[in-house]
Amino acid sequence: MASLLLNVNGDQLEVTAPDHWTLLEVLRYRLGLTGSKQGCDKGDCGACTVQIDGEPQLACLALATLCEGRAITTIEGLMPAHLRAGGKGPDPLQDAFDRCGALQCGFCQPGMLLSAKALLERSPDPSRDEIRHALAGNLCRCTGYTQIFQAVELAAAEAQGRAPTPPAWHPDGNPWMPACSKAPAKGESR
Amino acid sequence: MLRLPKTRVAKPTTVAQAVALLVEHGEVAMPIAGGTDLLPNMKHGLFEPEVLVALGGIKELQRFELQTDGTLILGAGVSLDRIAADERVQRTAPALAQAAGLVAGPQLRRMGTLGGNVMLDTRCQWYNQTHFWRQALGYCLKKDGTVCHVVAGGKKCVAAASNDTAPTLMTLQATLVFEGRSGRREVAIDDLWHTDGIHNKKLGTDEILVEVRVPPRATGHRGAYGKLRERGSIDYPMLGVAARLDVGRDGAVEGADLVLVALQARPVRVRRAAELLIGVPSSGDNFAEAVAAVAEAAYAQAHPMPNIPGDHEWRREMVPVYVARTLHAAATGTGPVHHV
Ligand SMILES: Cc1cc2nc3c(=O)[nH]c(=O)nc-3n(C[C@H](O)[C@H](O)[C@H](O)COP(=O)(O)OP(=O)(O)OC[C@H]3O[C@@H](n4cnc5c(N)ncnc54)[C@H](O)[C@@H]3O)c2cc1C
Ligand code: SF4
Ligand code: FES
Ligand code: FES
Repeated sequence: MASLLLNVNGDQLEVTAPDHWTLLEVLRYRLGLTGSKQGCDKGDCGACTVQIDGEPQLACLALATLCEGRAITTIEGLMPAHLRAGGKGPDPLQDAFDRCGALQCGFCQPGMLLSAKALLERSPDPSRDEIRHALAGNLCRCTGYTQIFQAVELAAAEAQGRAPTPPAWHPDGNPWMPACSKAPAKGESR
Repeated sequence: MLRLPKTRVAKPTTVAQAVALLVEHGEVAMPIAGGTDLLPNMKHGLFEPEVLVALGGIKELQRFELQTDGTLILGAGVSLDRIAADERVQRTAPALAQAAGLVAGPQLRRMGTLGGNVMLDTRCQWYNQTHFWRQALGYCLKKDGTVCHVVAGGKKCVAAASNDTAPTLMTLQATLVFEGRSGRREVAIDDLWHTDGIHNKKLGTDEILVEVRVPPRATGHRGAYGKLRERGSIDYPMLGVAARLDVGRDGAVEGADLVLVALQARPVRVRRAAELLIGVPSSGDNFAEAVAAVAEAAYAQAHPMPNIPGDHEWRREMVPVYVARTLHAAATGTGPVHHV
């Protein structure tokens, strides 16, 4: 048993865990951060993706003890970071996933979001191909990926201040709900 | 949920400390770099080291230089992601950059290192399974058992070398620098391999791979990597083809090399590639004819076995296809050869 000092979502946390525990186990079973999913638990699926020093990596194959001194971001950290930066509501990428219906069961979604978020940080207006490659290590058994790609494109377009490319099934314009931050106040109609 | 067996993690900050730890603990210690090969294997009960010597905190393993004479020095701890994205590697050793960029998926390439890729354990569909699964099967020669499920009655393990960068480093005539209890030694990567799938590397348990040195390439160096795999996004190779062509001023091939991986326990050089290609113009009908002859030679020499996933007869039919495509990609600078 060793005492570890971990930086998770901006908080310095002291946790006790044996050397053979993975970061995923510490997040889920010591810190109660169950947003990072335990899928295959051996590197195949990407459901456990977290950001380590800003880079999407697999928590199921990272030893927790080797993550000391590194900045860990989990899905639980996205919205608070957005609010701290003065934003409203969820992170715009989370909002875009919601508006595009970019999930069915949702199991892949925390990992998808952390991979996609890092992509938008290094490449704010990515091509469809760049998105596909950046998300190649995040498997989704439900959606068929199309809405996920569209959600990333929607978030990128709105961050650039332009309208998203209309999807093939709705060629006449933007079929998506307005962003949360633009949503009308209570009582107002959309 | 796959638990790791109990282990202790040591965090040396120099190669000397890491070697001392390996010497102190002997057989029960193993180095760990990115952990993307070793940790899944430990979760499957294939390795149970009492001590893991973590290499991630060692600065000496992060060297990444293109020297003025063209020698490329790659520390064993450099991530595959950095190698794939590096303009110097893409320009001067394209096959290596392409292979590194096709290992696993993006998260794994950020975690996985070049050293770990060279040192990758061999793979087999009867071996890379949970303990429960292997127990139900009755185990196999490579771990805990006495029979081979690939070669009936076989007394030698034929698990496949599956590391994508290894064949490219062989075509680049790379040297490996190891440090162990008796100091440093340099080994040509060609001489690293055994043909035994249980341990396919000639390596002491006290030795650490420090760096990979790629000697200066010929002026007209061209290279490419071709990879056949089930899902283009993540899977290990079902076949890997590394090609090198040195093209002279007159456009004729002056040097050539071709190495295949994911067939047997070590990467396999196609013996006749060089003799069939040398002196041939590197484009046009003559080149296409020579490439077709090399593809035939590769087909004759390559015998995929049912050791890794994918129908082995189909994998064999793909050998000439990928050899030809990869040689053309090398000649035209259009690699990698990959289906997505
Ligand atoms: C889903 C999945 C898909 C994958 N697909 C591919 C693929 O397509 N192609 C491929 O090649 N690999 C693949 N891999 C394996 C792996 O990600 C890479 O090979 C990676 O480069 C391994 O490097 P690492 O640093 O993580 O190695 P580790 O797991 O840390 O180490 C691997 C082995 O090398 C030893 N070792 C590590 N560094 C040194 C050193 N410096 N000196 C001496 N010994 C050392 C370790 O003791 C261990 O035995 C895949 C893995 C997963 C989980
Ligand atoms: S080749 Fe045979 S002995 Fe080797 S891992 Fe596969 S089944 Fe086991
Ligand atoms: S749970 Fe980590 S990759 Fe599947
Ligand atoms: S929504 Fe179910 S796995 Fe992606």
